[in-house]
Amino acid sequence: MTTYSPTESDVRDSEGTRRAAKDYINPYLAGILLGLVLFAAFFVTGSGLGASGGMNRLIVFFEDLIVPGHVDRTRYLLDMAGGDRNPLDSWIVFVTAGTVIGGFISGMIHGRFKLETNKGPRVSNRMRWFLAFAGGTLMGYGARFARGCTSGQALSGGAVLSVGSWAFMFAVFGGAYALAYFLRKTWN
Amino acid sequence: MAPFPLPLTDLLGHWGAYVIYLLIGIAFGFVLEIAGFGNSKKLAAQFYFKDLTVLKVMFGAIVVAMVLIFGATALGLLDYNLIWVNPTYLWPGIIGGLIMGFGFIIGGFCPGTSLVAVATAKIDGIFFALGVFFGIFLFGESVGLYEEFWYSSYMGRFTLPQLFGVNTGVVVVGVLLMALFMFWGGEKLEQHFGDKKASEAPRWRYGAAAALLATAIVVLVIGQPTTGERWSAIEQTQAARLAEREVQIHPGELLDLIHDTKTKVVMLDVRRQADYNLFHILDARHVPLDEVKELAPQLLMAPEPASTVVVVMSNDEAAATEAWKILMAQSVPNVYILGGGVNGWLTTFADEEFQTTYAVSSRGDDQLHYVFDTALGARYPAAEPEPEQFELEYTPKVELQQKRGPTSGGCG
Repeated sequence: MTTYSPTESDVRDSEGTRRAAKDYINPYLAGILLGLVLFAAFFVTGSGLGASGGMNRLIVFFEDLIVPGHVDRTRYLLDMAGGDRNPLDSWIVFVTAGTVIGGFISGMIHGRFKLETNKGPRVSNRMRWFLAFAGGTLMGYGARFARGCTSGQALSGGAVLSVGSWAFMFAVFGGAYALAYFLRKTWN
Repeated sequence: MAPFPLPLTDLLGHWGAYVIYLLIGIAFGFVLEIAGFGNSKKLAAQFYFKDLTVLKVMFGAIVVAMVLIFGATALGLLDYNLIWVNPTYLWPGIIGGLIMGFGFIIGGFCPGTSLVAVATAKIDGIFFALGVFFGIFLFGESVGLYEEFWYSSYMGRFTLPQLFGVNTGVVVVGVLLMALFMFWGGEKLEQHFGDKKASEAPRWRYGAAAALLATAIVVLVIGQPTTGERWSAIEQTQAARLAEREVQIHPGELLDLIHDTKTKVVMLDVRRQADYNLFHILDARHVPLDEVKELAPQLLMAPEPASTVVVVMSNDEAAATEAWKILMAQSVPNVYILGGGVNGWLTTFADEEFQTTYAVSSRGDDQLHYVFDTALGARYPAAEPEPEQFELEYTPKVELQQKRGPTSGGCG
């Protein structure tokens, strides 16, 4: 069923006392399964999947707790949390919460729930953490800029043939490939 | 009418519907994890052509979902118009996409996959997710600086079939062929740059590709339902509403709706351009009957569908009724007809002087019963009557209904 060769950490695991991490499934099979989930989401609810939207609303929720006046004066935040609107009262928050739960369940079942840092062999943990934070910041910023992340724009919008989503998808791949050469030492 | 998507809130209640979303999220997170998307090394390998899992999973998911979605719409099971299609804001999308691409290769995740990494205790995933929160926060604080750009190049609900001017089925087959070509090319790249061998890939993938392509071709052959077919599906119930005059509203009701601050009224005047130029209600938009269908996507995207009323009008009611059928068939919510048409409006609101100057005896069905010497459009008092000046009795017919489909999507 699977062809993915184990990573170094997996091998180390299987030699140690811990339960061995199982291999990931074949990417085509994963694609088919993800496609079925995406289809089910559209078929039953009419909307696709998403991730950054839920994270967005969590941030706005805390902002609204700390500085409600500020939220009520900012147009972009107002739509989610103006007045007595609860930013967490949205379908996307539940999809996002589910994503974490689903990832956790699978991690436990397949022995991949493990405190570790995945990185290229030539960078230190600290460097990797710093880059992860910096990359995350860009991702978060870009995802709101583009009105959706890889899940909500590329995957969902792509499947229902939105022009903007396809343009977005090529931009993401283009951006990553454009910078990949300069970061080759980070990952290889 | 197509039974799907389900009106979840009506069926399960506000919070009950959220249970469904939670379950969908769980399935989503589970699949991302088993695909290896909780592991930043596996994700980043995509960009060095060593392991194209990202490409295979993403495009695999897109084409599988696409073929099933348009298969379901072709069979009349699913209503495409009630599905959330991300509105296109072209340039903000492209700029945002580039920023995300940079973030992807620097940080090693995207927002969804970082959640799975956090859930499986990957420390780099936790730092990444914290970064995402910080980036989102920065965006919320800085979007005000360039709001104009952020709302620019808006194209609404704009799809690839519209862009290329071809049938949906053609695009479905085309996108699938492109994806299969990318998979083939991706495998070649993996063999060249990575240490993958062609013999390792499972043979069943050829069967899966063939099955998907066969289904896509069936979707192309069946075709998507036309407006006429969509109308036939709802004709039984809707024709009765027409006959009972449940959707033809009194001019007085329209006037009150226009002045009701809680509702947004979209008036569509489907008469000939000449008639529209002679006289039309203030703020009514001229739309030729054969272009009404193209307007449906915009009306479906109305920002506040639950408080938007669409009122179609012609001189009498014939053309307006046709327009109403088209919009109903396209699943636009809250559409009504101006009862008695523009003629009825003028009889109700124009003063005696106006009547004696311009009124003529009937000129046939759905023709303007007035002759004007100049085309003043909306520059007559009767184009914007004052509600206080008229004591009109009517039975209110407009009942605002929640749109069945989602009012937001993408990343909510």
